[in-house]
Amino acid sequence: MAPLLTMSGITKSFPGVRALDGVELDVEAGEVHCLLGQNGAGKSTLIKVLAGAHRPDEGEIRWQGEPVALDAPVAAMRLGIATIYQELDLVEHLSVAENVFLGHEVASRGFVRPRAARSRTAALLARLGHPEIDPNTLVGALSAAGAQVVSMARALSHDVRLIVMDEPSAALDPDEVDNLFRIVAGLTAEGVAVVYISHRLEEIRRIGDRVSVLKDGRVAARDLPAAETPTECLVSLMTGRDVEYAFPERPAEPARADPVLRAEGLAREGEFAPLDLELRPGEIVGLAGLVGSGRSEILETLYGARKPTAGRILVDGRELPAGRITAAVRAGIGLAPEERKSQALLMLESVTRNVSVSSLPRFSRGGWLDRAKERAAAHRHTSDLALSPDRPDRPVRTFSGGNQQKAVLARWLLRECRVLLLDEPTRGVDVGARSELYAVIRRLADSGVCVLLVSSEVPEVLGLADRVLVLREGRVVHTAPARELDEHRVLDLVMEGSPSC
Amino acid sequence: MLNSPKGASAEGRQADPPVDPGKPVPPPAGTGSGLRGLLAGSRLDGRQLSLVGVLLVLAAIGAFTKPDDFLTGDNLQLILTQASVVGVVTVGVTFVIIGGGIDLSVGSMVALASVWATTVATQDLGLGGMLLCSVLVGLGAGLVNGLLIAYGPMVPFIATLAMMASARGLALQISGGETQVVTVDAVLELGVPESYVLGVPPLVLIFVAVAVLGWLVLNRTTFGRRTVATGGNPEASRLAGIAVKRQRLLLYLLSGLCCGIAAFMLVVLTGSGQSTNGNLYELDAIAAAIIGGTLLSGGRGSILGSVLGVLVFTTITNLFALNNLQTDVQQIAKGAIIVAAVLVQKGRNSQ
Repeated sequence: MAPLLTMSGITKSFPGVRALDGVELDVEAGEVHCLLGQNGAGKSTLIKVLAGAHRPDEGEIRWQGEPVALDAPVAAMRLGIATIYQELDLVEHLSVAENVFLGHEVASRGFVRPRAARSRTAALLARLGHPEIDPNTLVGALSAAGAQVVSMARALSHDVRLIVMDEPSAALDPDEVDNLFRIVAGLTAEGVAVVYISHRLEEIRRIGDRVSVLKDGRVAARDLPAAETPTECLVSLMTGRDVEYAFPERPAEPARADPVLRAEGLAREGEFAPLDLELRPGEIVGLAGLVGSGRSEILETLYGARKPTAGRILVDGRELPAGRITAAVRAGIGLAPEERKSQALLMLESVTRNVSVSSLPRFSRGGWLDRAKERAAAHRHTSDLALSPDRPDRPVRTFSGGNQQKAVLARWLLRECRVLLLDEPTRGVDVGARSELYAVIRRLADSGVCVLLVSSEVPEVLGLADRVLVLREGRVVHTAPARELDEHRVLDLVMEGSPSC
Repeated sequence: MLNSPKGASAEGRQADPPVDPGKPVPPPAGTGSGLRGLLAGSRLDGRQLSLVGVLLVLAAIGAFTKPDDFLTGDNLQLILTQASVVGVVTVGVTFVIIGGGIDLSVGSMVALASVWATTVATQDLGLGGMLLCSVLVGLGAGLVNGLLIAYGPMVPFIATLAMMASARGLALQISGGETQVVTVDAVLELGVPESYVLGVPPLVLIFVAVAVLGWLVLNRTTFGRRTVATGGNPEASRLAGIAVKRQRLLLYLLSGLCCGIAAFMLVVLTGSGQSTNGNLYELDAIAAAIIGGTLLSGGRGSILGSVLGVLVFTTITNLFALNNLQTDVQQIAKGAIIVAAVLVQKGRNSQ
């Protein structure tokens, strides 16, 4: 009999990046098929193709042996494919029952039938082992685990044959994960297929049947038995990349100067455990960890954008007031946030104004701007960073990702910042332009700036940083000079916490 | 939100095409120094040019339909004087909108300030006292708006809607529904032709001063730059170290200040203070700012555009009055102009 789903030769390109390159995937009814891969390996794109949200450029999709076109989400839904995204797509202000039947309301002649919807929702929730959730509760009042159950009930409210789960356990406590697995086991016993995406190898061993590994948009391995394949084997399949970046050379001597920034016992409940950190001039410190490991939260707490629940931050031995960005900036801390367009840039404005925005008092007397001075100073820094094209009066939105990032860096150079926090500095930056950014970051460090770098790409952290802190679930599990680590070992640490080899 | 899984693919897809580095570099606009820089910065963009065009068409219609009345010195003085009061209000509202907010309470603030400034007790203090009272009342109401919005934090629409109701109610209570006639000669004299400077009424001079100052503050000061930044991307502004809350507070204070000044002007113009003053000013001011090219979503706007927008509306009112047309037709015309202006804006944005 033909498998439930067969995808073959799936190719999908976005401008500048080939996200999927001839991907094969087959899923049998009643199995849990696990998808493994690093960030950017193409998992998200693949499940979006499967959900009908992206149309592949090439390739064929067969459903029970018949070729089908998944050209819209509704087409996937009709076949019985449901996707539970990592960021749950529920409407907080609607009740559980309203969310479950959103888009296919229980209705007759245009009038909704709330009582029927409620009782059907209650039945679905009972089937999922959560009869205690009241269909009348607003979804916004539920816990993360509760919202996930609702999401699953929504999937089951359609006649579902295949459920895709994107990192479903990321937001769950251990006992909630157990319940999730019970639900998955129940579904597969009924013949429903599950495509399960997770970074956690121990979960894959517990519930997976088969594993497919994606790497750089291609299938690195398929048909691996989930329970028996050795961890080492899985990790090395996920790593070992084709594109090698050129990283700038490290200074021969480790930085010895007194630390500029010190964090003592810094913590935020539910986000990251108490952390001690020292940043020295000339040093690049890397934070390696998965999405959700607390990396961005640590950066934002150091920057004052989040208030720590414990611990303190000292710059030059003086304590910073907690949770005050203006104080952090005044003390010489700068942040290049993860979402450049929404968190860093004024997209309607020129590069010049994006650069000067944090240093305006320097160019003003009694509030009046000296624009010639502003412009000259901003341009000095953009041309230092080799902004290309070197036309900083143009709107920042007309520049490429790498050059937009240079505008953000120039902002903090102009502010004469001494501690630079970089959150995914090369996200959305062309592969070719990355080496240039790496060189810029190293040059900043050489000039005496302390750099704290967060990246999902382990090779980037290892190649650029002098010292690496490995984070797992909000906790630093390992600290070592970058040259003593390799990608393999870091991935082991971030995923299982117990070094193999 | 920070760890959103949108990832690199979404970034790459939406990325704007990089600029061609081979093209020759034209001299940058609006960045020179001295007079040239001033002129360059104030250059009319397409939107404002089209408003000037509309004004010319309106003038032509006026000259054609009422050749004896429209293009007279008296009538032009009248148009400018009428534009002045709502014009000053519009300057403040323009700042608020560029900063990402909205102020629905301006009409009521004008009413309250005009009533407060014309109570018997205030009139005893003379011209200076009345002006000061008017400005302080405006600032006070603006302060309440600003505190509620910046530190409440409340949605600007709701906070200023509440102020819109309460300030007018208070104005009604203070005046007891009566028209408070001004008896201070120094105030009344500001409205008579003898006080005109080279044929220009003092109220118009105040409007010009407020508009010029507003333009300078928006385009030449750190405050103006931060207003644009806060309205364009509040999160990025916050992360860039701008005190976004304080900026918001100051913007509503500024709007209140403008209302206080406008209220005093209205007192001069009508020789009285009453609780119905400034009725629907919020609509006129917001509409003028929008057709002048200010984005309702914030982050971009122009004082010059707002001034032109006010002049267009006032001229239309004048034309209709001269031709004895009813206000209903006038309202319909205003609505049509707002729709047309926004459609033009959409068309330009999608190009």
